[in-house]
Amino acid sequence: MQRTFAGGVHPPEFKELAHDKPITRVEYPSRVVLPLAQHAGAPAKPLVQAKDRVRRGQRIGEAAGFVSAHIHSPVTGTVIAVKPHRTAVGARALSIIIDVEGLDDEERLETPENPTPEDIRRIVQEAGIVGLGGAAFPTHVKLSPPEENPIDTVILNGCECEPYLTLDHRLMVERPARIIEGLLLLKEAVGAKRAFVGIEDNKPDAIAAMRAHASAADSIEVVALPTKYPQGSEKHLIKAILGREVPSGGLPFHVGVLVQNVQTALAVARAVREGMPLIERVVTVSGQAAVSPGNFEVPIGMLGSDLVAQAGGFTNDVAKVIFGGPMTGFAVGDLAVPITKGTSGIVALPASMVDPFPEEDICIRCGRCVDVCPARLTPNELGTYGRLGMTEKALGIGLFDCIECGSCAYICPAHRNLIQYIRLAKARAREMK
Amino acid sequence: MAEDKEERTEKTESAQAPAESQADAARSSEAAADKDASGARPLVVSPPPHLKAPDTTSKIMLTVVAALAPIMVYDIYLFKGAAISTFFWSIFGALLAEAGIQRLRRQRITLYDGSALLTGILFAMVLPPKVPFWLSFIGGFVAIALGKQIYGGLGHNIFNPALVGRVFVLISWAKHLTSDWYEKVSVDTISGATPLFVAKQLYQGTISADLTKFYSTALFRNPYGSMGEVSALLIILGLVILLAFRIIDWRTPAAYIGSVFVLTWWAGRDAIFYTLSGGVLFGAVFMATDYVTSPITKKGKVIFGLGCGFLTFLMRLYASTPEAVAYAILFMNALTPLIDTYTRPRVFGAVKNA
Repeated sequence: MQRTFAGGVHPPEFKELAHDKPITRVEYPSRVVLPLAQHAGAPAKPLVQAKDRVRRGQRIGEAAGFVSAHIHSPVTGTVIAVKPHRTAVGARALSIIIDVEGLDDEERLETPENPTPEDIRRIVQEAGIVGLGGAAFPTHVKLSPPEENPIDTVILNGCECEPYLTLDHRLMVERPARIIEGLLLLKEAVGAKRAFVGIEDNKPDAIAAMRAHASAADSIEVVALPTKYPQGSEKHLIKAILGREVPSGGLPFHVGVLVQNVQTALAVARAVREGMPLIERVVTVSGQAAVSPGNFEVPIGMLGSDLVAQAGGFTNDVAKVIFGGPMTGFAVGDLAVPITKGTSGIVALPASMVDPFPEEDICIRCGRCVDVCPARLTPNELGTYGRLGMTEKALGIGLFDCIECGSCAYICPAHRNLIQYIRLAKARAREMK
Repeated sequence: MAEDKEERTEKTESAQAPAESQADAARSSEAAADKDASGARPLVVSPPPHLKAPDTTSKIMLTVVAALAPIMVYDIYLFKGAAISTFFWSIFGALLAEAGIQRLRRQRITLYDGSALLTGILFAMVLPPKVPFWLSFIGGFVAIALGKQIYGGLGHNIFNPALVGRVFVLISWAKHLTSDWYEKVSVDTISGATPLFVAKQLYQGTISADLTKFYSTALFRNPYGSMGEVSALLIILGLVILLAFRIIDWRTPAAYIGSVFVLTWWAGRDAIFYTLSGGVLFGAVFMATDYVTSPITKKGKVIFGLGCGFLTFLMRLYASTPEAVAYAILFMNALTPLIDTYTRPRVFGAVKNA
């Protein structure tokens, strides 16, 4: 019996562009821009101002409340300004702009030899760690579920179901021991009895590498899952591996599970063992319009334009640049926006793959969207209700159960802008409350 | 320290230089959107997903036409000019109605999507080969005008347009569609208008007959029905094509054909005969599977197929109409919105009702 979920689509994977490119550390740029809101929850408050000197690893942004995260400087240098700066989503967000001197003068967190679960949670919070799979949810919050919802299983998400992205793949091939170490720390932090690592079967070398380091003695099982988008969606990962369904409107802890991305586990290991706050991450630069796709370890706050330049740039026929993956990522109009904790990749598509003015046809009720929706909704109806402003009706058929994976819009032969209409309905619904 | 900084800054700058000019070019040409002097294009910003599956509405419609093509070709081979005329006038009527009404409504003319063409072909397929040209023209026209455009066009109609056309011409000019134009059955000592009529007499006890004699005609060369029923084998070929290209879901035809077969067998009649006759196969494969007028949910498709089968069975046995399949499908079309509402899948994570 194959472990999978109902629905889903099979977009072209395009992994071959970058999946065998080892991770390269970039040369640090001359300037980094750190938005104070690069995580789910309340934006951090700045602790520095213009002309302040900062050290690599220093906390420069303070978490505002529990569901928030600290921001640390990845460089030693001088703060140029704390002012709004354009971000990948198009808005301007308050950011700390730092002129880079070097990496030498470092600050680390204090780490005990044998950390208790309490220590692990505390260090994860101090390190400003957030989910590195893209949602950027503060990890320490996930590690502190309500008392009545204990965690019995930890699942590491190594699926990387988005086309083009290969960063998690490379991390699993190159640093499996560290990832497993992080997994063990996470397991201890929540008191879970067992753990799984879910990896799509298009990454056999990653599966092998992780299996070699996962020992049955630690109750860790590496599970190969059929490649299907969006297997990496946390709720569907839980469904495929454990058969449990997170209740509508609920979170994984409601079924006793903690899910973390493999890179997040790595960050946890670095924080607890080396005292490294979250100041770097690996991103993929790929796409048919990328001159030489690859996987890069970059400082948080590096501008996309600086990374792209070091990565070889784009071809002349580049028509769309996406921060993230092609199914859910943001198309940017300006590359000079910062790579944040939630940026997984930069994908460049050539003109031949981009239709600047796509025409939308009428819904012919073909039913493909209903067949592929992993949330088992009726996207055709949601799209129509969204477009016509019938928000109540949309709420009545599960509007907020939509995970905006894009499967419906991908498969629709009429090219309806379903995700756009659903987002419109959600925005209106939030205003109504 | 200062030296190191300069060196490092230099290195980064020179590494940045080649691609920075590209990024700059992209930005400046984005600012001056119409100018393309540097050769670089502006970046397109749109919401995700940024990849789309290659399917389009036109491709789907044309694939269905392709599934019908073997039957069309066979029709033209058998009935020659009459078939060509019927197809032509029906398609012409359908296209004219679509373009004309869209023009009247000041809408974009969408003949390119292939849906009117498909309706024209399907309507012709439910006519016998030899009908007056004006009948196929008016029928094709009405199928689109009253069966589709009046509801708002593609995607909005409730009833299968080809069947609306069929019922319209049947009510208006029944004579042209029945006894005069069909070849009469004459096998051994049996005589009657159609095999189904013969079967009715048989089961009423008025005559005796061997229905198995009709199997091969139904499969290979059926002169007693409409153009679509000329060969059950070619309909099955069409079904295979539609399934292979993932155009239709297997549930509706399976439920429809299956229920007709089972119910007929349970009623003590020749199930194979009833399944192969009277347009059940054609209706189940090409009419009941019309996207717009049938349910969108998997469960709904099964219920739809079962409903069609049950109604067809009922009408065949107890009604005096020769049009069981058409009426059964139209009736279920009317129930489709209701079926859709009540067969919505259970949302992921929704708690099952106690």
